[in-house]
Amino acid sequence: MIEIFQILLTESFWAASLRIATPLIFGVLGALICEKSGVLNLGIEGIFVAGAMAGWMAVWLGAGLWGGVVVAALAGGFFGLIHAILTVPLGLSQHVSGLGVTLFATSVSYFSYRTALPNVSSPPRIEPFRPLEIPILSELPFIGTILFQQTALTWLALFMVGLVWYVMNRTGLGVAIKAVGDNPNSVDAQGLSVYGIRIGAIVVGSALMALGGAFLTMSAFDAFFFGMVNGRGWICIALVIFASWKPGKALLGALLFGAFDALQVRMQTEVGAKVPSQVFLAAPYVLSIVALVIAARRAEYPRALLTPWFKGQR
Amino acid sequence: MTSSPVLTLNGLSKTFGSVQAAQSINLELFKGEVLALLGENGAGKTTLMNMLFGHYMPDSGSIDIFDSSGTANQLQLGNPQAAIAAGIGMVHQHFTLAENLDALDNIMLGSEKFLELRRNKSRAMQKVQKIMNDSGLVAPMNVAVGKLTVGERQRVEILKALYRDVKILVLDEPTAVLTPQEADKLFDNITAMTQNGLSVIFISHKLREVLAFSNRIAVLRHGRKVGEISSKEANERKIARLMVGEETKVFSRKKLEVGEPVLEVDNLTISGSSKRESISDINLSVNKHEILGIAGISGNGQTILANAISGLVKPSSGKIKIDGENILSFDPSNIIQAGVGRIPEDRHKDGIVGQMSVAENMIIEDLNSSKIQSRGLLNHEAIMRYCSDLSSKYDVRGPGPNASARLLSGGNIQKLILARVFEAFPKLILANQPTRGLDMGAAADVANRLLEARQRGSGVILISEDLDEILSLSDRIMVIYDGKLRIAETHDRETLGLMMAGEAA
Repeated sequence: MIEIFQILLTESFWAASLRIATPLIFGVLGALICEKSGVLNLGIEGIFVAGAMAGWMAVWLGAGLWGGVVVAALAGGFFGLIHAILTVPLGLSQHVSGLGVTLFATSVSYFSYRTALPNVSSPPRIEPFRPLEIPILSELPFIGTILFQQTALTWLALFMVGLVWYVMNRTGLGVAIKAVGDNPNSVDAQGLSVYGIRIGAIVVGSALMALGGAFLTMSAFDAFFFGMVNGRGWICIALVIFASWKPGKALLGALLFGAFDALQVRMQTEVGAKVPSQVFLAAPYVLSIVALVIAARRAEYPRALLTPWFKGQR
Repeated sequence: MTSSPVLTLNGLSKTFGSVQAAQSINLELFKGEVLALLGENGAGKTTLMNMLFGHYMPDSGSIDIFDSSGTANQLQLGNPQAAIAAGIGMVHQHFTLAENLDALDNIMLGSEKFLELRRNKSRAMQKVQKIMNDSGLVAPMNVAVGKLTVGERQRVEILKALYRDVKILVLDEPTAVLTPQEADKLFDNITAMTQNGLSVIFISHKLREVLAFSNRIAVLRHGRKVGEISSKEANERKIARLMVGEETKVFSRKKLEVGEPVLEVDNLTISGSSKRESISDINLSVNKHEILGIAGISGNGQTILANAISGLVKPSSGKIKIDGENILSFDPSNIIQAGVGRIPEDRHKDGIVGQMSVAENMIIEDLNSSKIQSRGLLNHEAIMRYCSDLSSKYDVRGPGPNASARLLSGGNIQKLILARVFEAFPKLILANQPTRGLDMGAAADVANRLLEARQRGSGVILISEDLDEILSLSDRIMVIYDGKLRIAETHDRETLGLMMAGEAA
């Protein structure tokens, strides 16, 4: 127990928590937007891979880092559009289409990587985002290290939390997205396009998911390798429920998971000799399930989630 | 009545698959008038209005909207946005409200720019306030719609239409979910609005309100307009004949000597998670040869009462006895065997298993009957015979015994359920909203079957929102409001309506 408290008091633990949470923040926000409009997007895992691969590839081919971010978002939007067309106007099963998009996006990403780099043994590196050291503030004890040594993408993620909250709660667009996820007929009866709003929400949500992937190859690491997304997308799907579809709680959930993961790594080194390392690897997932079980009981699902809507059928 | 038209429908037709839902229908609407569109279920009323509002694309025909100078403008078809822009508002039978948003957001939805950084809710609120003052329709604006009562939601729906400055308001069965008093108030408000130049089309199949509140009546039958009549010259008999093509059947309820009690409910209390899932201190009894009518607006506890009697929920306290035997420890199938026949409120969801065949649904409550099985194995031929016997006896029409039950129409599903319940010769029949949504012909069939069961010696509980049905069928009447059941001493519409609204009678 003493070790845990010691870990909790270190700056590096909290900095790591925020760093680990960053891709999840992007992913949860993206999934939140999709689901608020009434469409589950299980393509998320593959879209993470596509974002990670496309962003890294763009930079490796000579684009700037922000250029890479844009390319990642476009790749995510593209796979989101596939999911949107299959599930919205065509009304196919959102589960099947989402898993299909995950398989497709993952395979296309791996295939492109292998095609571009047939003979490399160790993945080529790029120059990733540097920590954004803000003068004076980053000198502050504790907070300075935690907050002001993160990269620009972490800041972008935090900004996105505020932006998504603002759009959802303070604009007509947010009202329309929430309405279409609750009762599509309400939107149709007011002369708005159910298909348009849903497709838009899925494309934008998927672009956000892809930024989560891009963070992995362009900030957390400096290269792309197979299996690097490692279930982060699925965690986001669970975190949305934990967050009860609220951006603020989504941030909290992502940070909580980040903290569990950071703690797990440190516990391994502290007491790793006595306990098998697999226990620690599993810990964040087990704790997430417990948190989810507690939170999900009160979660208010968007009423129209998973239900396709067809024009002219009422 | 000024006689300038505001709207003409010219030869609108629409087919769905092989069904001709509307056949070249012409209709005119004049300024400041209330036009009632009357017809049975499936007559094409809602289809016609959905074409007007752009939800459906007509196969042929056109719609003209007249502006204030009397010039006709052709309405772009199949586009709700064009209909809204032309001043047409529609209040759908099934509310089109997002329940997670408050009423004001629902009203503003679609009438503001998506990415305006500051939404002007206070300006919208002022406009809504003015509409509420002018029309008398009042509803709370900053509460999530999911928390509003049905009556309030209805008013939000109408306010939503009025907010778009409508000249023509279409109301699809506006009173289906209201108490008689709420309905009267709604029509008073509508009359007030027509004074200010609004023209109203309302869809209904309730003859009484159509006669009382409209200026003109158009009757549809099987997708055709079969008559148009000024309300002053109309009477119930005349328009009922137009609607169904024949005189309506009148029920004959013979006087019968009641027998001993079949159902006794003592001090039954259920504390559910919400108000509509709770009942308190319910006492009732039903005798042989007797129909007990329980009137009430849905959501006042009648569903939970029915579920308790059929064993689907366990009460917190109290007793339920069938033929003197306490059934509290019984599961639903024991209760069916003890002699309770169930006609559930939601016939599609709780009355049938939609994916299973018509024949399977007919036998599903009595799989051990020696008629259809021996030594645990079902006899397919016997089932088919049984099914075709019952189908002809109870007039269940559809694509045949092997077709999925969900393919039947609402009226035929109800007949299937009746067949299943009646053939078990139950001691008690628990009929929850048995004619809701049925057309007059099918509703009359159901009513006659219930009377036949009473004749045969069953006790019947008839739970209904339809006062006319309660009054014409019941021997005794009780009213449920807010989870409490009260005896109605006098059987007249006024008293019952007040009790249903929770006022002391």
